Amino acid sequence: MTTDPLTTNPVPYSLEVSGLAFAYPDGHQALFGVDFALERGERVALLGPNGAGKTTLVLHLNGILTAGAGSVRVAGLPVDRAHMAEVRQRVGIVFQDPDDQLFMPTVREDVAFGPANAGLRGAELEARVTRALERVGMAEHADRPPHHLSFGQRRRVAVATVLAMEPEILVLDEPSSNLDPASRRELAEILTSLDVTVLMVTHDLPYALELCPRSLVLSGGTIVADGPTPKLLADETLLHAHRLELPFGFSPR
Amino acid sequence: MGSGHAHRLHLHGHSPVHRLPAHTKLVAVLAFVVVVVSTPREAVWAFAGYALLLAAVARAARVPAGFALRRMAVEVPFVAFALLLPFVAQGGRTEVLGMQLSVSGLWGAWNILAKGTLGVGASVLLAATTELRDLLLGLQRLRMPPMLVQIASFMLRYGDVIADELARMRIARESRGFRARGPRAWGVLARTAGALFIRTYERGERVHLAMVSRGYTGAMPVLDGRAATRAQWSAALALPVTALAVCLPAWTL
Repeated sequence: MTTDPLTTNPVPYSLEVSGLAFAYPDGHQALFGVDFALERGERVALLGPNGAGKTTLVLHLNGILTAGAGSVRVAGLPVDRAHMAEVRQRVGIVFQDPDDQLFMPTVREDVAFGPANAGLRGAELEARVTRALERVGMAEHADRPPHHLSFGQRRRVAVATVLAMEPEILVLDEPSSNLDPASRRELAEILTSLDVTVLMVTHDLPYALELCPRSLVLSGGTIVADGPTPKLLADETLLHAHRLELPFGFSPR
Repeated sequence: MGSGHAHRLHLHGHSPVHRLPAHTKLVAVLAFVVVVVSTPREAVWAFAGYALLLAAVARAARVPAGFALRRMAVEVPFVAFALLLPFVAQGGRTEVLGMQLSVSGLWGAWNILAKGTLGVGASVLLAATTELRDLLLGLQRLRMPPMLVQIASFMLRYGDVIADELARMRIARESRGFRARGPRAWGVLARTAGALFIRTYERGERVHLAMVSRGYTGAMPVLDGRAATRAQWSAALALPVTALAVCLPAWTL
């Protein structure tokens, strides 16, 4: 991870974060040197208690916040002012509240927003929108206003809005929150069917186990564990030390 | 535009008037109102002609008279003001039903009533035959400053979300035994308004983050490429042109 991925690795990492530290303007330091890398096509969960710095980390991945120290690279591209448009095209963030993500009057326009900002127009744009909606099973709702959809449907459309940008990596912030079990399963089916790198930020440990072979634990602003999800979830001392808890009656083995 | 609940002013339909592009209808209504306003108030017959024109449009749009008249109730406060004029205006007096009324006041009242009613009537017909969403697209096509169009479309998207939030806050208040009675409740209501303001403000920030993440740089991509044909323009402009034909003799006679 210390050498340039472009020279050592024929396929660059989808995401490479090294030595990332960040303090908010009020002096509160949220990240103290975060290091990790995701291979292309991996599905990884980022676990951590509330206040661990998960959201802060996510906002660094597409340059909304810029690093105080350290660096973030997306598919080999450094996240900086010069590459911002390209990076935002490649990192698709699905935010926690779909009402924040879906701001256009109809589903179709919302899904078209990202690719249209990248300059796509006409039939090509239309095809991109349809394909993205089909991948989440929402094509027949294209002309409805987002606020008339159910919560689970809105979350799926939110996923489509970033899929339409054909990102290198999909970042989901608490994808399972507020979903009923059926919507939760439907979303899991969609996520496993996708052929992109996925970073899933969550404290829903069973969901992480179901979807992500590998997990990272972020606590106190650093990565404290990185390994196969079943192994991490079986480590009771690790979970306990970082305020992570499995639901009652749930066993990862 | 598809299913979903339309706004209350809109009357779903597929008449020729409904099918005209929104921006041609906007221009037609604006031109019609300008013609009406510039007609001398003494030409009473001209106003009758305008009313007939609007009735013809309503018929073509299949808007029932009752529907249109009920929605014209917004004019009532202005009517009240117009009715005051004959009593308070200066100048020569005349006797009507045993009351001393001002002649110029009577003309003034007639002027406000006739022109106001025609303007409101035209706007009600526009609203009844055009979806809000299409009106905004129409304004965008007419080169209305994009910032204003964006603000209006966000109002359209988030109006329901904010109303829901307010409703939830009200239910939460009442569930804990609160009843809005008398001035002592005003403090609580004011704090509700304040909390709602903060929440909408925060939501605004989150929406902006989501937009920036998808490549927003300050301009909404214009996706609606449909230009109006010559035939559509002439159909829409038939209304103000005929009105002008009524107006010109009113000036010369």
